[in-house]
Amino acid sequence: MKQDIILAGVGGQGILSIATVLGEAALTGGLHIKQAEVHGMSQRGGDVQSNLRISSEPIHSDLIPFGQVDMIMSLEPMEALRYVQELSENGWIVTSSIPFVNINNYPDKEEIYKHLNSLPHVVMLDVEELAKEAGAPAQASNIVLLGAAIPMLGFSFETVRDAVAKVFARKGEEVVAKNIAALEAGYKHSISKQ
Amino acid sequence: MKLLLLGDEAIALAAIHSGISGVYAYPGTPSTEITEYIQNRQKADPASERIFCKWCTNEKTAMEAALGMSYMGKRALVCMKHVGMNVAADAFVNSAMTGTNGGLVVVAADDPSMHSSQNEQDSRFYGKFAMIPVFEPSSQQEAYDMVRDAFEFSEKRRIPVLLRITTRMAHSRAEVEAREDVLAQKPISYPENPRQWVLLPANSKVRNEQLIKDQVDFENDALNDPRNKFIPGEDKSLAIVTCGIAYNYLMENFPDGVPCGVLKISRYPIPRKLVKTMEAEGINRVIVMEEGQPLIEEMIKGMISSDIQVDGRLTGALPRTGELSPDCVRAAVRLAPHKTFPKDDIVVPKPPALCQGCGHRDMYAALNEVAAEYEHSRVFSDIGCYTLGALPPFRAIHTTVDMGASITMAKGAADAGQFPSFAVIGDSTFTHSGITGLLDCVNSNANVVIIISDNLTTGMTGGQDSAGTGKLESICAGVGVDPAHIRIVVPLPKNMEEIKNTIREEVEYKGVSVVIPRRECIQTFKRHAKEKKK
Repeated sequence: MKQDIILAGVGGQGILSIATVLGEAALTGGLHIKQAEVHGMSQRGGDVQSNLRISSEPIHSDLIPFGQVDMIMSLEPMEALRYVQELSENGWIVTSSIPFVNINNYPDKEEIYKHLNSLPHVVMLDVEELAKEAGAPAQASNIVLLGAAIPMLGFSFETVRDAVAKVFARKGEEVVAKNIAALEAGYKHSISKQ
Repeated sequence: MKLLLLGDEAIALAAIHSGISGVYAYPGTPSTEITEYIQNRQKADPASERIFCKWCTNEKTAMEAALGMSYMGKRALVCMKHVGMNVAADAFVNSAMTGTNGGLVVVAADDPSMHSSQNEQDSRFYGKFAMIPVFEPSSQQEAYDMVRDAFEFSEKRRIPVLLRITTRMAHSRAEVEAREDVLAQKPISYPENPRQWVLLPANSKVRNEQLIKDQVDFENDALNDPRNKFIPGEDKSLAIVTCGIAYNYLMENFPDGVPCGVLKISRYPIPRKLVKTMEAEGINRVIVMEEGQPLIEEMIKGMISSDIQVDGRLTGALPRTGELSPDCVRAAVRLAPHKTFPKDDIVVPKPPALCQGCGHRDMYAALNEVAAEYEHSRVFSDIGCYTLGALPPFRAIHTTVDMGASITMAKGAADAGQFPSFAVIGDSTFTHSGITGLLDCVNSNANVVIIISDNLTTGMTGGQDSAGTGKLESICAGVGVDPAHIRIVVPLPKNMEEIKNTIREEVEYKGVSVVIPRRECIQTFKRHAKEKKK
């Protein structure tokens, strides 16, 4: 088993929580993990990304080589495209469709969708709407995205669900339940598209 | 027990497990999380043995305090980012002259590619320069293990150890197996060799000779360290020398083993005998892969036959600047790149920006308006979130050089005839390195307006305590600024006229003015509000 994932988004969207959940799932499964984060100046409102590597074999590099990325999981559609030259030819993009516009020259949304849809393996979803439908707050949008990625990740839904429960346990039962609902909403959306 | 830790956290945990009595540091990316981890552990476990872990005013005070703790026979850790080494340099270099009593480990976190820094200087040069041994881990596990070894070595050889890491190691998580044999803190003991702690020329001359002699032992110790090793390969014509995380990038590209010899350097001084082992293979070419500046590449030329071609960053086999990657290492060993998609040109950059609601924004909005009223305003700024004032929409500042340089450069410019000459500095940077510059201004009655943009925290690194909180006016007055020209404003849009008028009045005053726009950092404000709710 090998999953090399780029988690992308804008500072504060919650990509590191996705990493924490997957890290938990991987550790439970006795897998190896490396996860490189971005801290400091580059965090302030700018683009953020994390290289998450999970493997049954020992992992050498903290960074994923170009062309070896199995999945770009992004909370922002343009940010998903930022790393496309790192994606493997068979790699997947799982991305939120909602632009985060904090710059004047943000490209036309429809153009971005067109670029994304021209790639072979893309799942694009309105994570906020799906969170709402599942009765979860907008903050759980990142977990919706994670749910949508599950079918391509090589983890079972149950494994990731248990990891979500463990990671959010200290925030109380209600938060756990809402995040699991969010995870399921994303998962079901993804399955229905395949 | 297996834990998932950042490189920084692995170092912190290892230091706790090595029985340190203090960690001394000033926040700086990518080193900050080391001290924060120790602080959080102390907070979470009030019953544990107390470790001193308050933030220091700057890296020099940190280094000196740690040396004081070492003098008392206890173990101390010092952490800083690479440019912090410049601030601590006087103490660091002379700590090799005094030597240590309790173990002393200095962590320098380098930032190649300048993710969050103004240069990409390589701290290993400080080790060489000061004749202090350097340890360089290539994984989080190695970082954890090396810290314990470094403390033991520091005590055995009575010398500080420099542990050098880079951004990717500091800020990457991996599984770390922690040790069961956790050490308790050491009791007080005074140095056996008190003379060498008094660096009078007569003592220093003796000590300097000893330090030179000790280099032989240090090199032998490095030779006997199993982490320094030569791994022979099938191809006897080529060898690759790696250190730090460059080793991982090499291994990544050869999952079934590297076809040529590999010399892995994990500890300096570089053991010449080991380099000779590599040479004895009959190689005719060496590629040096090192994160940072070409230290090994330059040194190794003097250790092997001049017939052997040495390639690396200097010859273009690898990029001259920036951090290494699995991809540039791949190109250096002439493997074809992996297939992928072309870069998508629709993507535009998203540069970092000051947060919405940040007080620095209101400060710059006011300053820009007043500065525009003069033909040739110049704004000398400093290191912190407010450095982002250089970017649109503000484009407000003209210089950023090093911690504290805003005040002294504004003074130098004023001395040269510049009017108006502004300095913009944050509260934490002011106490770090601005106070002495302010005294220079006062002593020559320089015609400067110094804006200390006070957000009550060290913002850029994530909101650590700031040494001057609650003390800025009294510090300025104590240094000799006329209290009538120490002006406090609250940087909010509704106060814009008042802020502008205050700055205007102080520009027209011929002498040293300090304007302090004071409002809490929006990030720490949100955090504090959340904590209160709980």
